[in-house]
Amino acid sequence: MVEFKINGKLAKGEKGEPILNIARREGHVIPSLCYHETLGSDGRCRLCVVEVKKGNRKRIVTSCLYGAENGIEVYTESPDIWLVRKTVLELLLARCPDSEIIHHLAGQYGVKNVRYTKDEDKGKCILCSLCVRTCESIVGVSAIGTSGKGPAKKVTTPFDEPSDVCIGCGACVVVCPTGHIYMEDKSGVRTIWKKQFELARCPKCGRYHAPVEQLQFISQKSGTPVDELLVCQDCK
Amino acid sequence: MTISPEQLDNIALEYKKKVKIYDKVVKICCGTGCISSGSLKLYDRFKDIINFEGLSAKVLVKITGCHGLCERGPIVVFGDDEILYQSVGKRNVDEDVKLLIETIKSNKIADKLLYKGDDKTKRYVSPLDIPFYAGQNRIVLSLNGTIDPEDIDEYIQRGGYRALYKALKMNTDEIIDWVQKSGLRGRGGGGFPTGAKWRSCKDAEGQPKYILANGDEGDPGAFMDRSLMEGNPHAVLEGMIIGGYAIGSNQGYIYVRDEYPLAVNRLLKAIEKAREYGFLGRNIFNSGFEFDITIFRGGGAFVCGESTALMSSIEGKAGEPRAKYVHTVEKGLWEKPSNLNNVETWACVPHIINNGWEWFASIGTQGSKGTKVFSLVGKVKNTGLIEVPMGKSLKEIIFDLGGGIQGDKKFKAVQTGGPSGGCIPAEYLEMPVDFDSLTKLGSMMGSGGMIVMDERNCMVDVARYFLTFLVEESCGKCTPCREGVRRMHEIVERICNGNGNKGDIEHLEELARAINLGSLCALGQSAPNPVLSTIKYFEDEYRAHIEDKKCPAGVCKALIKFSIIPEKCTGCTLCTHECPVKCITGEKKEAHTIDQAQCIRCGTCYDNCRFDAIKIE
Repeated sequence: MVEFKINGKLAKGEKGEPILNIARREGHVIPSLCYHETLGSDGRCRLCVVEVKKGNRKRIVTSCLYGAENGIEVYTESPDIWLVRKTVLELLLARCPDSEIIHHLAGQYGVKNVRYTKDEDKGKCILCSLCVRTCESIVGVSAIGTSGKGPAKKVTTPFDEPSDVCIGCGACVVVCPTGHIYMEDKSGVRTIWKKQFELARCPKCGRYHAPVEQLQFISQKSGTPVDELLVCQDCK
Repeated sequence: MTISPEQLDNIALEYKKKVKIYDKVVKICCGTGCISSGSLKLYDRFKDIINFEGLSAKVLVKITGCHGLCERGPIVVFGDDEILYQSVGKRNVDEDVKLLIETIKSNKIADKLLYKGDDKTKRYVSPLDIPFYAGQNRIVLSLNGTIDPEDIDEYIQRGGYRALYKALKMNTDEIIDWVQKSGLRGRGGGGFPTGAKWRSCKDAEGQPKYILANGDEGDPGAFMDRSLMEGNPHAVLEGMIIGGYAIGSNQGYIYVRDEYPLAVNRLLKAIEKAREYGFLGRNIFNSGFEFDITIFRGGGAFVCGESTALMSSIEGKAGEPRAKYVHTVEKGLWEKPSNLNNVETWACVPHIINNGWEWFASIGTQGSKGTKVFSLVGKVKNTGLIEVPMGKSLKEIIFDLGGGIQGDKKFKAVQTGGPSGGCIPAEYLEMPVDFDSLTKLGSMMGSGGMIVMDERNCMVDVARYFLTFLVEESCGKCTPCREGVRRMHEIVERICNGNGNKGDIEHLEELARAINLGSLCALGQSAPNPVLSTIKYFEDEYRAHIEDKKCPAGVCKALIKFSIIPEKCTGCTLCTHECPVKCITGEKKEAHTIDQAQCIRCGTCYDNCRFDAIKIE
């Protein structure tokens, strides 16, 4: 257990625990887009920056990655922090002009005008990588990843082709903070990442509820027979 | 095989005997610069003629690594710096080979191939007298251009692997102590004290520990590390083995970009030979110490020169940096303590062990010890590779060694530190080149790139050039760098195209500060430097573009117009021949005119006119 100060108030947490966790627990508001309680930190969006004073040294750090230490002083608001957050939000707004959540956050930080040419080809993807991390560490298939670098970086399947390992579970859609990932269920078929999946129909209520490939995958992992998995969550 | 120091002496002796049977040793530089000027063709032709003339028993023809004076390649050196011939075979291989044979047969020095002074009257026979070399202090490069990089015996004969033997007899703490006291700082850009890094890695908990060498040089115009790896690979290996012993590591990795095939090849051969001789492997010099080195070829992403991205890349992941709140000396490659140094830093180590820390610390300035290798490029007469003691002034480097500006134009700025560095204007030419002075000026030492610019370089355009590079080379992981740098580029591009607005400079400064504060790694944090330093020293040029819609240097095409001053034009017709779109017309000996509708504003006429008859508006 370590003790330190956040905005002058005493805070306690485990040694090395991200400051962001502790600060939020203690009721401080720090925005973030790429952090997730289950998936952890990746340091991509840079919205969660805070100022840390350690001895005489004061610097801007990402609170999702900086581990708590005894005696440090953390400030969650300062002109520099605002500058970084405002800049990040204006840049993301130029990238994803249709994203509601970015509009909302930008509004909170007083970003009214976007001074750059708005992108038309990036959709709502802010490259937070939550989908990629979910696919890798929660679902366990790594059907998607990032390709390219710099402005050309994007989330996609290998070679932009339908992935052999994607099970169509849609976990990436659920975790995406901006609603960028396209998924459609229509007439018993799910379309996601350029691949089509046959949806299983619940024998009790007749509702299409999950891709057959996903049920087979779960069956394989858990040993539960597919027949049992065919019954939807509501009818169980 | 375990080698003994006596065997080392024997190898050196044998090598000496082997060379002694030859009357003459002729070294042909086969560094990348000379190869591109045709030195491999020269080597083949020369060897053929030597054989044909029956001279092969008398003359030893050797390939060496980069000799430095790339501008005048191919370079040929007789003996140990007895004669230097330049531009050999550049125009006519057969003719120049004849001259080389004459020098061998009758000791007749070929005037045509000698390096000549600026006034074309002074001739230099030995390279040691040429100002380009005379002003240098070659330590890391001491054997570059001297030894055959693929011949381990020659490296040994020149004292190679003696430092390793000496180090293995020393206490590991003592070695680190020496490196610390020598004042050696990281040559890759950061300038972090090497000894302190070694100490932290040695003290870090966890096994195994890794030794890493960074050979992922990627700055535009930089080829220091490349030339070192190509020209003297064993020096890098020797430094790493010593480091491994001092820190307590048994495994080293050299990260080299795959675009350096010659460096990869020579390092691989060097490793193979070092294993065969017992400098790598088990029980090195009977000390019980075991060490091996593996080459890792990088895919060429600039960001992989950043320590954590480099480690991610070796781990097989995307080359994206990680936060360094816990240092890589504690948790680096595969989360294990890892000590990464630049290849030039490693190559300094054997010299410190051989000559003592006091010797190394006696060279350089208060805060920056030893020497630094620079690649001197751009609008300077003698482009090439140089090694100078820390503290030499920019003026000495550019004007004494570099010979001044091409065409004797006016010096405008020098860009140091690569894309993350900055531009330093003429008023600071007297500034000593060391880590701290360059940082104070808003630039940095970086890995040693030095790009000289003259009055025909537009500083806004220069900023745009480096931003273009950085936009492409940002890994794209964090928002400020990925999105912010391309927006800086958008603004600067607009300024260059004549669409700059009032407030753009302030906007750039604000964005720069946010990128610097908010980016994840050093690439992003320093990405605004080219813009900030050009605004700092050349704000008037930005203002001319934005407010007057003019490019004073005559570079930004949307803002300039070339025209001919009739009173000055002699009708020599040179511009009509040089113009790539043939838009200049006129009778001989009469004033010419430029067809503005056809003109692509390349400036060829301006650069070529001998009568100052072209003006830029």
